[in-house]
Amino acid sequence: MSTLLRLATAGSVDDGKSTLVGRLLHDCKAILADQIAHVKTVSEARGGDFDFALLTDGLRAEREQGITIDVAYRYFATDKRSFILADCPGHVQYTRNTVTGASTADVVIILVDARHGVLEQTRRHLAVAGLLRVPHVVLAVNKIDLVGYDEAGFTKIAKDVNEVADQLGIAHIQAIPVSALVGDNVVDRSAHTPWYDGPTLLELLENASGRIDNSQQPLRFPVQYVIRPQTDDEYRDYRGYTGTVASGTVSVGDQVIVLPAGRRTSIAGIDRPVVTATSTTVVERPSAVAGEAVTVRLADDLDVARGSVIVDAEASPGTRRELAATVSWLADRPLTVGARVLIKHTTTTAQAIVTKITGALDLDTLGVIDATELALNDIGKVQLKIAAPLAADPYSSNAITGSFLLIDAHDGWTLAAGMIDDEEGELL
Amino acid sequence: MRVAHVTALVTELDALESESIFVFREVAAEFERPVILFSGGKDSIVMLHLARKAFSPAGVPFTLLHVDTGHNFPEVLAYRDAVIEQLGLRLEVASVEDYIADGRLRERADGTRNPLQTVPLLDAINKHRFDAVFGGGRRDEERARAKERIFSLRDEFGQWDPRNQRPELWSLYNGKHRPGEHVRVFPLSNWTELDVWNYIEREEIPLPSIYYAHERDVFERDGMLLAVGPYSQPRSGESVGKRIVRYRTVGDMSCTGAVASTAGSPAEVVVEVAASTLTERGATRADDRVSEAAMEDRKREGYF
Repeated sequence: MSTLLRLATAGSVDDGKSTLVGRLLHDCKAILADQIAHVKTVSEARGGDFDFALLTDGLRAEREQGITIDVAYRYFATDKRSFILADCPGHVQYTRNTVTGASTADVVIILVDARHGVLEQTRRHLAVAGLLRVPHVVLAVNKIDLVGYDEAGFTKIAKDVNEVADQLGIAHIQAIPVSALVGDNVVDRSAHTPWYDGPTLLELLENASGRIDNSQQPLRFPVQYVIRPQTDDEYRDYRGYTGTVASGTVSVGDQVIVLPAGRRTSIAGIDRPVVTATSTTVVERPSAVAGEAVTVRLADDLDVARGSVIVDAEASPGTRRELAATVSWLADRPLTVGARVLIKHTTTTAQAIVTKITGALDLDTLGVIDATELALNDIGKVQLKIAAPLAADPYSSNAITGSFLLIDAHDGWTLAAGMIDDEEGELL
Repeated sequence: MRVAHVTALVTELDALESESIFVFREVAAEFERPVILFSGGKDSIVMLHLARKAFSPAGVPFTLLHVDTGHNFPEVLAYRDAVIEQLGLRLEVASVEDYIADGRLRERADGTRNPLQTVPLLDAINKHRFDAVFGGGRRDEERARAKERIFSLRDEFGQWDPRNQRPELWSLYNGKHRPGEHVRVFPLSNWTELDVWNYIEREEIPLPSIYYAHERDVFERDGMLLAVGPYSQPRSGESVGKRIVRYRTVGDMSCTGAVASTAGSPAEVVVEVAASTLTERGATRADDRVSEAAMEDRKREGYF
């Protein structure tokens, strides 16, 4: 498997996320000379010291205000592995961008300012990480230099964060005392924290297990696009179903069911493209695993189109037209019962109606409270009725067939990130 | 530290390839008139290669569009025309030269034409009613590009609003747009320059010859090596010399610099890129040095 690790930062505004990212890149020698020269010039023009945050705060408005508005993606590698780093905003107004960055992350680094401890945004971002089931959450207690490298304060924050995590169902969170500005325990071990014997942030990231391997799960293969060359050659009768294996393994000869029709067939072939300067052909391969973009052919001539999902015949999820789900509401306009929206689930887009709002997460108590509508940044629980049958799984067992978007049919805006509940229907 | 990247790559490249192929197929399925921006540069060449893979054994179901500055490297134009011919693709050309000739655009004082590409690009999008426009931009290239979504909405003026981008969750790309709007799609978002070169090597993708070391008459300006040619001449005090160089990026010939290099193959370029102390745009693009937010400003107006 790939050693690639996808990281995202989270935490309240001014907790130092961008500075931490800049420090991490800088101390990993992942910043090149012209980028350093640029930051130096801009920092000096503003009469300040080298501002690490300028390495990722790339928009004019971000630099003017000294805040992060949208996710910046950075790429770096050490001797051990490669990283894609999403530096996310802390400001509550831009939570939707943090959800964007965290949705593809293997690790979320939650920052807390050592002087301020856990704030509302810390709790919100922890809830988002828990909801998205990000495999690892790490706590960086930042600006530890500003509290005199105080161990007791650090321990208290680590305990507070883990209490929140516990309530949200997140596994124990490793805490690291860091100073992004000075560089303590980011890449290099600090001499100022002799009481801390855990890993530095980089050590922890280099050793974190990567993406959850879902190749052992039952096969789910959402069909994206049908290939019919209709050319006058050996591919005259070719009909291939393209897609990316969402989970499991697909092998030639496998018994499968095509949803939503429910027809049973078997895999006749799996094709790999062979592209040279002048020719475009395919060769057969025996199997493909989760994450691979392939083309499959079926033994029987069935009605298969975009939106069909090819699944393991022995472990079919069936289809449903009603869903109970937890949503992260990302739009300025509120969600109300009866709202008509579009739902995008794997390769199907269909109309949907919100039939019920069953509750919202209260960030103070971390309990579910009654709600009649969901406002921007709310996390809530809804029921949907859908105009087309969906081959859906709970998000907890499959992040691809268990997730969806709600889209405004009028202007196309992405309204919500949705995660299908388990049968028991627990919130987080 | 970056050289380590070279060894553990097979599976990472496979993951990047699959991600890009997924994006091409989403667009083919959900849009009516997609187009690939094709300049004959390495990123657009890799894009085309991935698009061919995505739909094999059928052909690429997209038109190609070249926004031609008129300041071309002849090797790149020849490459472009040969590819179109060999693969039987359809190419549209939006010509900056035509716009200057009839007065719709005026030559800039500095003579570079990269920023002038925006208007012909947007006009071509309107004229052909393209609704999805593939660009080879990578997030690792530049700080404004680092902020891009993979599906990035443009309003009817072609403008990018970086302060109000749509959320983009998981791999559920939302291509909905209203009439007149279009979506820029960046299948190489998560590729780095090194990934691109490793892929070119692995897939044995032919490139225009100027990407590899060759001898050329050049002069130095702003720390860059500019070719002596029809669009760039040395000013007084700038001396011309023969150097062994190659190009890391291919753009408007008047503002794209060469780097001193003896790398004659993809494998040698990989080693060189891994050890480079400058970013590719920092080393070779004068137009990005104009201001702190030069790329952001161009992108807001509709540039790619």
